[in-house]
Amino acid sequence: MGAKVRVVERKGRTFLEHLYLLEIFKGMWVTLGHLFRNLMDNSRLYVRHYPEVPPEIGPRWRGRHRLTRHEDGTVKCVACFMCQTNCPSNCIMIEAGERHDGKSEKMPVRFDIDLLECIYCGYCVEACPMDAIRMDTGIFSVVSDNRESMVIGLEELLAAPGAFDEDEYQKGAR
Amino acid sequence: MALGLEAGLGDSVLTTKLDAVVNWGRQYSLWPMVFGTACCAIEFMSAAASQHDISRFGAEVVRFSPRQADLMLVCGTISYKQAPILKRIYEQMPEPKWVVAMGACASSGGIYDNYCTVQGIDTVIPVDVYISGCPPRPEAVLDALIKIQDQIRTESVLVDRNKDFKGILD
Repeated sequence: MGAKVRVVERKGRTFLEHLYLLEIFKGMWVTLGHLFRNLMDNSRLYVRHYPEVPPEIGPRWRGRHRLTRHEDGTVKCVACFMCQTNCPSNCIMIEAGERHDGKSEKMPVRFDIDLLECIYCGYCVEACPMDAIRMDTGIFSVVSDNRESMVIGLEELLAAPGAFDEDEYQKGAR
Repeated sequence: MALGLEAGLGDSVLTTKLDAVVNWGRQYSLWPMVFGTACCAIEFMSAAASQHDISRFGAEVVRFSPRQADLMLVCGTISYKQAPILKRIYEQMPEPKWVVAMGACASSGGIYDNYCTVQGIDTVIPVDVYISGCPPRPEAVLDALIKIQDQIRTESVLVDRNKDFKGILD
């Protein structure tokens, strides 16, 4: 048979290699390097210290919803049902009522958003002709231990302030 | 100042309540198991990786065997075909166990409002914490973990959890 036989030199026979300890340290060299670097100077850690240090949220980040108001404090929403119709997960539930402040004919008497159904796609914000619903509260984490409290109503939506400067928000919206 | 039994035993003995010491241990050694069926599992990986580092809360030992875990993270859409599997895996976990429904699909079905998707896993297994989002940020996973730890703090060791739960598969 004319097959070429290549003899590979067997490694791992020396005393130091049999000790294993040195080889483990060699193998863990990168890990150890990181460990010592972080022990010497822990200001350059990769970890974000979340509950203590909040993350940076940009003005284009779609956070929890809010309903906006006119300058005189009246609700911008005119209950046109555009957001509810456009919502892919059917998480918005609006009930329209009569309006008496002269802005228009209708206003919502009930505006519920089921945050567990919501997929934060922002279609409601795009659909809104009055700029009444926005997702610029900067609230990025909504956690609850029951499903009922995740349905937020009109008061909660109106109470949340926008987290960003108006100019910055418009830059992102364009 | 030592009171009661501690006063008689001197400085070397501390007394505590069983609930306090066991719950302290349970809080900071949650072993999560990810039931990942969709993109929320990817977001959990981000929470477990070095930037968000879930081990700061003592929950870094991610197990892929339910028998070694006590915190189940349901990350993703659960179809009716998947529901018996979810229930079986939940039952394979040893007591005490906690469940987090992560994201819109697991908590309520999300956009999948159709014949084949379970409209919220709380119809199948008891859920302790819901996370909103599609998918939620890794920070929200950490928030849920903190909420679970707060729940554990108030629980009693001697009481069976979710004994009278009845789901659609029971």
